[in-house]
Amino acid sequence: MNSKIITATEKQATANGRQSVKASIVIALAGNPNAGKTTLFNALTGLRQKVANYPGVTVERKEGVWRLNGSEKTARLIDLPGLYSLDATSLDEQIARDVLTGKLLDLPKPNVIVAVVDATNLERNLYLVTQLLEYKIPVVIALTMIDVAEKQSLEIDTKKLSKLLQIPVVEVKATQKLGIDELAAKVLETAYNKSVLDGNSFFDRNSADDLDFIRLSLQDDGEVNKKIFARYNFISDVYQESVKPKQTNERSFSEKIDRVLTHKFFGLLILVAILLFIFQTIFSWANLPMDLLEKGFGALGDFVRANLSEGILTDLLVDGVIAGVGGVVVFLPQILLLFLFLSILEDTGYMARAAFLLDKLMSRVGLHGKAFVPLLSSFACAIPGIMATRTIESPKDRLATIMIAPFMSCSARLPVYTLMIGTFFAGQTVFGFLSLGAVLILAMYALGIVVAVAVAWILKRTLLKSPPPPFVMELPPYRLPNVQNVLLNMFNNGWQFLKRAGTVILAISIILWALTAFPRSTDLETPSQAISQNQIAPGSQEPAVVGSTEENCGCSLEDAKKIEEEKQGLALRNSYAGQLGHLIEPVIAPLGFDWKIGVALIASFAAREVLVSTLSIIYNVGKDSNEESEGLIDAVRNAKKDDGSPAWTPLTALTLMVFFVLAIQCMSTVAVVRRETNSWSWTIFMVFYMTALAYAAAFLTYQVGKLLGFG
Amino acid sequence: MTLTNLPIGENAKVVSVNGNNRITKRLMEMGVVPGVSVRVIKSAPFGDPLEICVRGYHLAMRKSEADTIQVQSLKSKIQS
Repeated sequence: MNSKIITATEKQATANGRQSVKASIVIALAGNPNAGKTTLFNALTGLRQKVANYPGVTVERKEGVWRLNGSEKTARLIDLPGLYSLDATSLDEQIARDVLTGKLLDLPKPNVIVAVVDATNLERNLYLVTQLLEYKIPVVIALTMIDVAEKQSLEIDTKKLSKLLQIPVVEVKATQKLGIDELAAKVLETAYNKSVLDGNSFFDRNSADDLDFIRLSLQDDGEVNKKIFARYNFISDVYQESVKPKQTNERSFSEKIDRVLTHKFFGLLILVAILLFIFQTIFSWANLPMDLLEKGFGALGDFVRANLSEGILTDLLVDGVIAGVGGVVVFLPQILLLFLFLSILEDTGYMARAAFLLDKLMSRVGLHGKAFVPLLSSFACAIPGIMATRTIESPKDRLATIMIAPFMSCSARLPVYTLMIGTFFAGQTVFGFLSLGAVLILAMYALGIVVAVAVAWILKRTLLKSPPPPFVMELPPYRLPNVQNVLLNMFNNGWQFLKRAGTVILAISIILWALTAFPRSTDLETPSQAISQNQIAPGSQEPAVVGSTEENCGCSLEDAKKIEEEKQGLALRNSYAGQLGHLIEPVIAPLGFDWKIGVALIASFAAREVLVSTLSIIYNVGKDSNEESEGLIDAVRNAKKDDGSPAWTPLTALTLMVFFVLAIQCMSTVAVVRRETNSWSWTIFMVFYMTALAYAAAFLTYQVGKLLGFG
Repeated sequence: MTLTNLPIGENAKVVSVNGNNRITKRLMEMGVVPGVSVRVIKSAPFGDPLEICVRGYHLAMRKSEADTIQVQSLKSKIQS
């Protein structure tokens, strides 16, 4: 029922926006970061909101429907990005200006601005208000955090504040829905206030004598800084008149917490502990739902196969659509959990501290302290990691972080490492006590990090050249996270991931399926395979039928399975993917790979772990084998090239691992990069440079290894 | 004296914010304008960035940015 209401009001709102501006007013919600803007937005709109991106940029666009109480009117409430200023130095500020000046095509100029002002941080919050006043749009102040201010013995005279600023000021407490009605009333009252519209900008309106100073300053034209100075002088006057000064020298609650959390030594220790806890939890908590999802999609595939007649369409549905989309949806629990923790870190104010603690380290590479968390998340999975770069304001720094995030060895590389190590390096030790396998895995992680640092360093000096990102960042007071904000943020991000990445992934899944499934190889069947065809008829899954086939032809179900797998292997060899494998063999031969490994490589560009299942199909081991199954390990050890020499040596295995560290074999990541960068050229650039790097490194590994007499 | 050299915990008044670039502007927009009183709270584990208190809230900035801010210690003013 609820969802019906949402769609109905949303439709109404968009229809109103398009057809008659009279019926619905547009309200922009502006405010400093951490001023309580999101909480107010959620309280005003409830679940009647949608999240998208502004056209052409990656700035999140949040819009909701605010039913102004007691009247028939609904308003389109536009949640502007958190802003300190409107001078258009950052992308967020540029977008906010475009909204306020009505430059966006699908959005009329707002009728009213609701400025969210944090009472505990009045002066800096009012700075933005002095700028908002220049847009010739009526402004209503929603004063938040009054209770906190009172606790800090700050007494704010709201009426005086309103009088001095010449705009309505409403105290709100969004979590308890206090002051919301009054805010709605003031908004309606001011929406068409002629005097404001004519009343002009901040400097015109305050033409009183005491502002002569400002005018004098402004005659010195071109000096923006003087304008800022003038605004703050005005604010200081307002502040002194409307606020009773608080006792100085008393250290704030946050400062006390920070004695521990940003302590030179314990601060870092606690940061590491928090991050370890988060990633451990993401891995362990997400396991169960991920398994369930995987099994669910498997069962769905079986169900579809059992209930539809055999044919291309069924294969497409099961092997292409369900398997492909299922393979991506499986990541959803990890993404939801990561965003749960990220929003808690952000909401409590800890994220800023983490950036504060690590900025020195990150700045050596040319990145912002905030880049640390996305990079660390990428060790679990690059997809949530790349999505987490949204917290980095500078577009160039964000892009640089996105470009290197996939170098962090994600969980999908582990099956590949495990297979290679299990096959060729198991039981070996280094210096007599270190397991060679562990050392190799560690080396792979280290290789990824080293290359990432190098690439970031180069990018920041070439393509993404920009001055070191300014690190002028507020350390907001510690606050308890708001449950509704955290959950909404988590679900919005999860939904965006499913919706957008899902469409691209669906298309690529189908293409990959077609490559491995065509041309159909019915004419290649040998007599023995024809028998197996009968045995593995859909009905054979029932035990009774299996029993009867065993009796009839005297061969076991296992034999039948083997024949079926042989047939699959043959089909793959003759498929377009198999042909592609042959086609790229000259290219990958210098890496020591034959065409069969080539097929597995091509397939693994869908997702890295696909390498394991593809090798199983190629070597006829059976689809169910995993990276630890003896069957696959033996098959890899015994595999022969077409000329009869062993297909794999320890050196080949090492080369493959190096390739997997550096190549971007994950279409979900590519899809997310495309969405987050909003640029095909950067996405394609990333695919090319990562593949080239992977090839070069693998080439070096194999050739140098061979020269040294390995392999 | 620049903000970087201001001893931790000591109150000072901003004399000027030097430079005419994005960072200068951002610092001023955040309320660090001549005349305002500031206090350095601490420096991060590797010595950089600094955490300062200005207009009742906490602001982090790198030493390179703090170097552009000329301050006058309120303590030394009383002493002299």
